[in-house]
Amino acid sequence: MTEPGEPSIRAVDEGSGENRGGYDATFRVWRGDASGGELQTFTVPVNEGEVVLDVIHRLQATQAGDLAVRWNCKAGKCGSCSAEVNGRPRLMCLTRMNTFAEDETVTVTPLRTFPVIRDLVTDVSYNYEKAAQIPAFTPRPRDPDGNHRMQQVDVDRPQEFRKCIECWLCQDTCHVIRDHEENKAAFAGPRFLIRLAELDMHPLDVVDRRDAAQQEFGLGYCNITKCCSEVCPEGIHLTDNGIIPLKERVVDRRYDPLTWLGSKIRRRPRD
Amino acid sequence: MEFERHGYDVVVVGAGGAGLRAAIAAHEAGARTAVVCKSLLGKAHTVMAEGGIAAAMGNAYPEDDWRVHFRDTMRGGKMLNHWRMAQLHAQEAPDRVRELEDWGALFDRTPDGLISQRDFGGHRYARLAHVGDRTGLELIRTLQQRTVALGVDVYMECTVTRLLTDDEGVTGAFGYWRESGRFVAWEAPSVVLATGGIGKAYKVTSNSWEYTGDGHSLALAAGAGLVNMEFVQFHPTGMVWPPSVRGILVTESVRGDGGVLRNSAGNRFMFDYIPDFFRKETAETEDEADRWYDDKRNNRRPPELLPRDEVARAINSEVKAGRGSPHGGVFLDIASRRPAEYVRRRLPSMYHQFKELADVDITAEPMEVGPTCHYVMGGVEVDPDTAAASVPGLFAAGEVAGGMHGSNRLGGNSLSDLLVFGRRAGAAAAEHASKRAGAVALREEALVEAARAALAPFEREGGENPYTVQSELQQTMHDLVGIIRTAPEMERALERIAALRERVAALSVEGHRQYNPGWHLALDLPHLLAVSECIARAALAREESRGGHTRDDFPATDPAWGRVNLVCTRTPDGGVTVARQPLPEMPPELAEVFEEQP
Repeated sequence: MTEPGEPSIRAVDEGSGENRGGYDATFRVWRGDASGGELQTFTVPVNEGEVVLDVIHRLQATQAGDLAVRWNCKAGKCGSCSAEVNGRPRLMCLTRMNTFAEDETVTVTPLRTFPVIRDLVTDVSYNYEKAAQIPAFTPRPRDPDGNHRMQQVDVDRPQEFRKCIECWLCQDTCHVIRDHEENKAAFAGPRFLIRLAELDMHPLDVVDRRDAAQQEFGLGYCNITKCCSEVCPEGIHLTDNGIIPLKERVVDRRYDPLTWLGSKIRRRPRD
Repeated sequence: MEFERHGYDVVVVGAGGAGLRAAIAAHEAGARTAVVCKSLLGKAHTVMAEGGIAAAMGNAYPEDDWRVHFRDTMRGGKMLNHWRMAQLHAQEAPDRVRELEDWGALFDRTPDGLISQRDFGGHRYARLAHVGDRTGLELIRTLQQRTVALGVDVYMECTVTRLLTDDEGVTGAFGYWRESGRFVAWEAPSVVLATGGIGKAYKVTSNSWEYTGDGHSLALAAGAGLVNMEFVQFHPTGMVWPPSVRGILVTESVRGDGGVLRNSAGNRFMFDYIPDFFRKETAETEDEADRWYDDKRNNRRPPELLPRDEVARAINSEVKAGRGSPHGGVFLDIASRRPAEYVRRRLPSMYHQFKELADVDITAEPMEVGPTCHYVMGGVEVDPDTAAASVPGLFAAGEVAGGMHGSNRLGGNSLSDLLVFGRRAGAAAAEHASKRAGAVALREEALVEAARAALAPFEREGGENPYTVQSELQQTMHDLVGIIRTAPEMERALERIAALRERVAALSVEGHRQYNPGWHLALDLPHLLAVSECIARAALAREESRGGHTRDDFPATDPAWGRVNLVCTRTPDGGVTVARQPLPEMPPELAEVFEEQP
């Protein structure tokens, strides 16, 4: 049964230029593949409360059935619908149309740091390759009663990094790799530097990844311009809370073995 | 025809919680294992789960144990659950949660340093292990990282369109790469379906595009039965405004953490909707309900924390009676009940979601919420201990499997279900494969036929666009097989589904095979139609109201129907038939659990 109070809709939601304060927007969307492409201009209706992803979906349903775009949750939780909106790395599902003037042209392009597959879909396999290279989480043994005990204050910080939804916007914006394909082999990108920081701060983990952070994942390439923190849709302080502390501990490890030893002793589980 | 081919012992279809847990179990049992998933790894719908994982760990209340969890689960499902699944689930969930910590998960802690557990609807004790309100993300990331660490092969953005079988059972699967549109075939004696649900058959849903009932439909086509398909859970609290976010989930944790539902007159209307079945365990006054959060021994649960089916129906009734909010929902208020700082700490995702999507500050004003299609209780009929379907070599775990939740699932029981039965399915699939090693082969004709069927939408010119057909199906299910049902409406739905089937057979897609969402949707639509038909037929057959199935023309719960399951199977002509089957009988020592006072 149609729920009361709900307006009936046309079969395909073609949008509405008349009610709900709607208007016609001009969208320029990059269309093409690895061999090249161009911005195509569309005029498309927009309703109150909509986000860029709604408009892209309306284009698919009414004007460009084969327009390629990734998306899943449409609620900012899965990190699939990453793109560049007017040149800014954004999740399309969290970019509200009312942040643009009605006469402003909205330009949507694929993430620039990754090779285009088609339209707004890019080849993000670089990220999955880096993820697989990180030495895996390795826990200390459980307490005799079968539980792990950790205090909330000790898990707060690594929990911040585990909020990461792997949207790759930080990777996209990072100037080390954004226009420098040649750095990708030696640099894992901000997402994986905070993964290393997370593991380093994890109360249960017993592996030291600090040499690897510097030598295999390119921690030294980061010169803390904080662009990654600015684009993070989860508000993770990648640079201040993750990368800078990791750099400090790498320095400790490399120049001050006593500090390193001290940190390990402090981190032992309590009985 | 040339195809990319691979050979495995176990192929897992789906990379949500159940699929990844199954893959880990199969790998650990020594099976060569592959995971095939429609999206990128880590994006599966499990990521949307918010509240937590139900497990009677006893960290918050030592008196909690598996029997209490078992009892809550069965009562929440109005006793239609497969007792053995509910038992295994309650018994094994705590171990499945603890092992996530061994793989890196970081749950919120109690002051003693143990895993914190929160209150949820239908659970007698605070039982949900959680990470703020983003528990699903923690679950999927943990399992993803474990899967990667073990070196399991993952086929990302790859869609399975056919299960391949011979007279002895499963021989493999056939699908396409979304990126290139090229075909791929896997030869494997065991296939685990972990494809999730069917929410995209409905217009207002909390589910993502992936939830097109693929696994349900693949199993049906392979000869397996689908049980309990009439039971579809409408989560009581989805967003209702703005229209573009209608249906997006508002976690039950809002109510577990103190939020209450009010109508336009400001009344906590849930006190008017307490069913006799739950009266003894539900608070009678607002004072008692409010005391319960701090003292569960001497007070009873607030009615806002009744099982989801009860709350969803109540909201529906309030709105229908003209006591709704401006945009056709009701008010969910935590702002006036808890300090802003508490709300931001306990419900960070909800705070963020309403701020970003609706311009609402949930620490200062109430949310507007209404029912949204959230979960299908029905699914592949499986053996509880092995998750095996009736087709040898076919296994199913998670939302695609049926029986565990009966007529209504309790919040928090889904994530634990994924882990418990994902593991069982993976282990059993590996064992089955070891017995069938070297005995399966793919038939060329079957591959050629699967490829031909997949390409058919490109061959047709001038047909309809698949998006139109999907929208009409969603509107049909929403209007005619939704939260409140009647026989004439469901009969009309079945007529429309039949007409839509003809239109799906005639539609055409533009463009070419490379990453073409129109084509992908065209291939998903037959699955959506198959599950929609199963839901409508089973719902028409069950002439009573129970859990996630409410009949306006049969409003009472009928004890005779309480002993019957409905099982959908494929007929030779491609239709769906519904058969009655007696409910598995609970052994006396478990039945005793229900004689104790609540």
